Amino acid sequence: MGKTLFDKIWDAHVVSEIPDGPCQLYIDRHYCHEVTSPQAFDGLRRRGLKVFRPAQTTCSPDHNIPTHDQDRPIEDPVSRAQVDTLMRNAAEFGLTIYGMCNPRNGIIHVIGPEQGLTLPGATIVCGDSHTSTHGAFGAVAFGIGTSEVEMVLASQCILQPRPKTMRITVNGRLRPGVTAKDIALYIIAKMTTSGATGYFVEYAGEAIRSLSMEERMTVCNLSIEMGARGGMIAPDETTFEYVKGRDNAPKGEAWEKAVAYWRTLASDPDAHFDAEVTFDAADIEPRVTYGTNPGMGIGISETIPELPADADAAARASFDKSLAYMGFKSGQKIEGTPIDYVFLGSCTNGRIEDFRAFASYVKGKKKAEGVTAWLVPGSWRVLEQIKAEGIDKILEEAGFELRQPGCSACLAMNDDKVPSGKLAVSTSNRNFEGRQGPGARTILAGPLVAAASAVAGRLTDPRL
Amino acid sequence: MKQKFDVVTSRCVPLPIENVDTDQIIPARFLKATSREGFGDNLFRDWRFDKQGNPIPSFVLNDPTYSGCILVAGKNFGSGSSREHAAWAIADYGFRVVVSSFFADIHKNNELNNFVLPVVVSEAFLSELFKTIQDNPQAEVRVDLPAQTITNLTTGNSETFEINAYKKHCLLNGLDDIDYLVENRSKIAQWEKAHES
Repeated sequence: MGKTLFDKIWDAHVVSEIPDGPCQLYIDRHYCHEVTSPQAFDGLRRRGLKVFRPAQTTCSPDHNIPTHDQDRPIEDPVSRAQVDTLMRNAAEFGLTIYGMCNPRNGIIHVIGPEQGLTLPGATIVCGDSHTSTHGAFGAVAFGIGTSEVEMVLASQCILQPRPKTMRITVNGRLRPGVTAKDIALYIIAKMTTSGATGYFVEYAGEAIRSLSMEERMTVCNLSIEMGARGGMIAPDETTFEYVKGRDNAPKGEAWEKAVAYWRTLASDPDAHFDAEVTFDAADIEPRVTYGTNPGMGIGISETIPELPADADAAARASFDKSLAYMGFKSGQKIEGTPIDYVFLGSCTNGRIEDFRAFASYVKGKKKAEGVTAWLVPGSWRVLEQIKAEGIDKILEEAGFELRQPGCSACLAMNDDKVPSGKLAVSTSNRNFEGRQGPGARTILAGPLVAAASAVAGRLTDPRL
Repeated sequence: MKQKFDVVTSRCVPLPIENVDTDQIIPARFLKATSREGFGDNLFRDWRFDKQGNPIPSFVLNDPTYSGCILVAGKNFGSGSSREHAAWAIADYGFRVVVSSFFADIHKNNELNNFVLPVVVSEAFLSELFKTIQDNPQAEVRVDLPAQTITNLTTGNSETFEINAYKKHCLLNGLDDIDYLVENRSKIAQWEKAHES
C-alpha cells in the first residue's frame, strides 16, 4: 500500500522505535523563543550537557518584545530578563540568534520560512503550538513542551507516539472576498476545537492547491486550533518558487537534487488515511468567532447559534460561560456589533499578503474614530517589504500606523493589551478568555474583515 | 520534579468545564519566569482571583469543601498553547492526577513529562464521578498505575486506562526521556551518518 506525505517524512526520521512506546524521531530544524526555553537550558546546565547539534537550532525573541522603540531596553524588567536570558543562553551554547532590531528578527514562525530554514521534507519543532505553520512547505512540523525542547537541545531527537493521519480536502474555488483565514476558521468550526486531536492533518484539494505560500501558512498555522498535532500541504511548484534563492535554501546542484526528492513526497494515490473529511470552498463566506475557543465560529452573515437540546451539563456550562464572557446571546446577529480594537498581525496573519489585503480594503477610506488599530508586521523583512511596496503610505493616509514586529497583542505578553471588557477584531489565532489581556474579548477574523471593521467601527462584511 | 508514581488514593477537585485551555490554566502574563518553580500560585489565575487579587469564593480551588491531589475536568482538557508552564502549575499546586474524558495532545505529553498522570476515562465514568463528588465532596478515587485502573470508591465502578509501557516504566521509576536520549547519543550520531544526503 502507498504512503501518505506524513508517513514518508516521519518514517525517514525514525531513529528507533521503543517497543510498546514512542518513536525516537530525528529533528532537522529546531526554532527557539524566549518564553518556553529558559528552563530547558537550565536543564542542560544541571546535567552538564552541551547542545548536541547547535547548527540546527535558530533563536529569535518574539513573544515579549514591545512593538515600539525596540532600539531601547525593554521597560518591563521581567520581559527584559526573559529576552536577555535567551540572548545569554544562545551565546553560551553557540546557537544562532536574531535579537531585537536585527534585520532578521521577527516572529519565529515568520522568519523561519523567510530565511529558507523551513524546507520540504524536514522535521521541525519549536516550543510553540503554532509550529504547525511550517507544514505549509510539506514538512512535519509541530509544537512541543519545554521538556521536549531540552530533549532536542540534548540529542536532536524527541520521543513521540506516532499520530494518526487525516486528510482534509477542500474542493472547488473560493468566492471573492474569502481568505485563507476563512477556510481555516470554517474547517475548525466544522471539526470543533478538539476534532482533530491525535491526528496529523494533510490539506488537499483545488482550493488548497491554489493558495499562495503565505496563505498555506495561515491554514497550517491554525491546525492546532482543532487539536491536530500539525497540518501539512504537499510541496509543489508554488513551494519551490517560494523557497528558491532564500538565504538557507540549497543552491546549484544541491537545489536540483533537493527538488527531485521533494517531488516524491506527495501522498501516493493508494495511501491510507485514518480519517478523511471533505468540504466545498463555495460554502465558505468570511468567518468570525463568537465564543472563547476558535471552534466557536460562524459565517459573518449568520446568527449566534443555540446549543443542541441534548447537550450535557458540562457542555452547557462551558457554552453559557463562553457567551456570558463575550456578552453575546444565542440568536443574536453578530454583523454590525460595535468594536473597540483591531489587531492585524501574528504568526497567523502577519505576513506581507495580509498587509496587502488589509491595505487593498482601506485604500482611500478612513479608520473609524474610536477604533484603536494595532498593525504589527511579523518580521522586519515584512516591514521592509511593506515600505518597498508603498503599503505604509496607503495605511498612513487611511489613518493607520505601523508598529515594530513581534507577537504583540496575539497573547499580550508585551504592553499591547486590549483593556478589560473591550471588544477586539483580531487576525490572530486564539479567542480564549483573557488571551489579549485580562477581561479582553476577542473576535477572530481574517485581514479583510479586520480592515472593513476598522473602517466602519463595527463588525463588517468586507464584500459589502 | 522527578517523582515515582505508584498508587494514589485521594479526594477530588471537580472542574466540570469543557475545553479548559492552557491560557486559563496559566495566563500568558505569568510565563515570564525563567525557572520551573512557583507556577502553582497562579494556577487558574483569572478564574481564581479577581482583578484586585482577591480569591473568588465560588471558584473550586477557593472552596474548602473540596481538596485532594486529583483534578477532575471536562473533556478536551489542556487545549491550545504548548506552554509546559500549565503542567508545572498543576504539579506545583499539588495535583498528581488529572482525570478527563479527553486531553489535548501536547498538554498530555507535558503532564507525563512532569510526573502528573493524565487518566482518560469514558464519558459515562466521568459524569458519574462528577455526580459522586457533588453528592459527597469527601468521596475518594483510587488510581493504580501498575494495574492501570481508576476506581470510584463510592460506587465501586472501575475502568482501565491506557498508557504506553515505556511511559509507565518512566513514571514508576522516576525516569525521564532526556536520560534515555542522552544515553543514545552515539546511536543518533550513527543514524545521522547513515542518513547524510
